[in-house]
Amino acid sequence: MSKAATVAKKPKKTAGAKKKAADQDLQISAEEVTVGQSFTDKPKMTMRNINVFYSDKQAIHDVSIDIAQNEVIAMIGPSGCGKSTFLRTLNRMNDTVEGCRVEGEICMDGENLYSPKLDVVELRARVGMVFQKPNPFPKSIYENVAYGPKIHGLADTRVDLDEIVENSLKRASLWEEVKERLHQPGTGLSGGQQQRLCIARAIAVSPEVILMDEPCSALDPIATAKIEELIEELSQNFTIAIVTHSMQQAARVSDRTAYFHLGKLVEVNPTEKVFTMPEHKLTEAYITGRFG
Amino acid sequence: MAKMSFENHIMKQFDEELEEIRTRLMEMGGKVEQQLQNAIRAISDADSKLAEDVIAEEQHVDEMEVDIDEACILIIARRQPAASDLRLVMMVTKAVNDLERIGDEAKKIANHAVILAEQGGSSEGYTEIRHMGQSVSRMLANALDAFARFDVDAAMRTLEEDKQIDLDYKTALRELVTYMMEDPRSISRVINVLWIIRSLERIGDHAKNLCEQIVFVVKGKDIRHQ
Repeated sequence: MSKAATVAKKPKKTAGAKKKAADQDLQISAEEVTVGQSFTDKPKMTMRNINVFYSDKQAIHDVSIDIAQNEVIAMIGPSGCGKSTFLRTLNRMNDTVEGCRVEGEICMDGENLYSPKLDVVELRARVGMVFQKPNPFPKSIYENVAYGPKIHGLADTRVDLDEIVENSLKRASLWEEVKERLHQPGTGLSGGQQQRLCIARAIAVSPEVILMDEPCSALDPIATAKIEELIEELSQNFTIAIVTHSMQQAARVSDRTAYFHLGKLVEVNPTEKVFTMPEHKLTEAYITGRFG
Repeated sequence: MAKMSFENHIMKQFDEELEEIRTRLMEMGGKVEQQLQNAIRAISDADSKLAEDVIAEEQHVDEMEVDIDEACILIIARRQPAASDLRLVMMVTKAVNDLERIGDEAKKIANHAVILAEQGGSSEGYTEIRHMGQSVSRMLANALDAFARFDVDAAMRTLEEDKQIDLDYKTALRELVTYMMEDPRSISRVINVLWIIRSLERIGDHAKNLCEQIVFVVKGKDIRHQ
C-alpha cells in the first residue's frame, strides 16, 4: 500500500519487460478525479470526500459517491484497492479496527452516520452486512434468524417472531430447504445454505441497506447462482452494495459498478457501460484482465 | 484510448488468441480482395479459367468464415472478454460474415464472367464494370487497411466512399438501360453486366459495414444506420 503511485506491487512471475512498460500506463496521479456517474437524483446514501486511514497509512483517498435507493452497486478492483474498507465505512464496521480513522461525510437519508449522537447498534440494524465466509451463530437455524429481531425488540409475541423468521427465510430462498429442520444447528447446512441463512439473518431486522463483502467467494457455482438470483430479488426492497472479486458477478448482478484503484475511486458508471466501453483506461485494463 | 492494443493480458494465451482471430480475419480479407480482383479481371480478359478458379475458391472463403467464427465462440466461452476485447471479438464475428458475403458476390461476378466470355462479342458495359470494380476494390482495400491499423479516421473516410459507389451504380444502371433500348438484341448480355454491377455495389455496402465495425471496436460507438 505504501507505493501509492504504482501498481507494480506484485509483479507476476510471467511478466517480462513488456509487462513493465504496461505498468507505467497503469499509474494513477494524485489529482486524478473520478470519471463517470458517481451521483444520482435519489440517493439512499451519500458519501463526500471520504478519507480512511489505518494509523498513518491512508487506505481511501477522497472518495465521493452516492448510492441510489434500491440499486445494486458493485465495487470492484484489485486486492488492496480499498473497496472492502470503503464498504465497511458504510455501517461503521471500521470503528472496531484499531487505529482506523474515517474523514468526510457519510449520510443515509440525509442523516450523518458519523454523528456522535448516532446509535451504532441501531445503524447496523439499518445497514446489514453479509461476509465472505458464511458465519452463522452456533445455534439453531431458527435462532440465527430470530436473534436480531429479538435484541432489537421487533417482535412482541412468539407468533410475530415465527412470522419474521419464516418471511426472512422465504425471502432468502431458504425456507423450502429448512422448514422441516428449523431447530437443527445452522452450522449443519451446506456453505451456500449457510450464506443464505446469513442473508436471512441480515434481512430479519428489516435493514434499508445490505452490504455484501464477497458473499460468494467461498461458494460453488450453483450456490453462487442462487445468491445472485437472490440479490436480484432483494434489490426490489433493499439497497445493496456488494464487493466482489468476480468481475462477471459484478456484471451479472449490479446496476452500477464502481472501480477502485489504490484507494481511489477511478470510475463509476452503469454496469453495461463499464463492461463494454469503460471510460477510464485503468478500468479497461482491470476488467480485461491486464492486471489485478 | 488512442491506440488499440490487445496485448498485455495476465494470461498470455488470451493475447495470442485475440491476435490469432485478428490475423485470420486479415488473411480472409486478403483472400476475398484477391477473389474480387480476379473476378473483375476475368471479365475484362474474358478469362473463363480465372473465373472458374474464383468460383472454386469460394468454398475456401466459407471454410475460413466457419473457422474464425468457431475461434470467436471459444474465446467468449473460455475468456469472457470484456470492454475492448469483447468489442473486438464481436466485431470479428460480424466482419467474417461481411467478408464471406463479399466472397459470395465475387463468385457471382465470376459466374457472369464465364457467361460473358462464352457469349463473346461486344464489350458494352465493360467501362462501367471496370470503373466500379476499381473503386470498390480500392474501398475494400482501404477498409482492410483501416482494420489492420485500427485507424478510425481512415475508416470514416473509407465509409464515405460508399456514397460515390452508390452514385456510380445509379449512373451505370442508366447507361445500361440506354444500351438495351438502343439494341434489344443486347438485352440478355447487358443483364449479365447489370448483375455484376449490382454485386459490386453490394460489396461496397459490405466494405462500409467493415468500416462501421472498426469505429465500434475503437470508439465503442455504434454508427450504423446514421
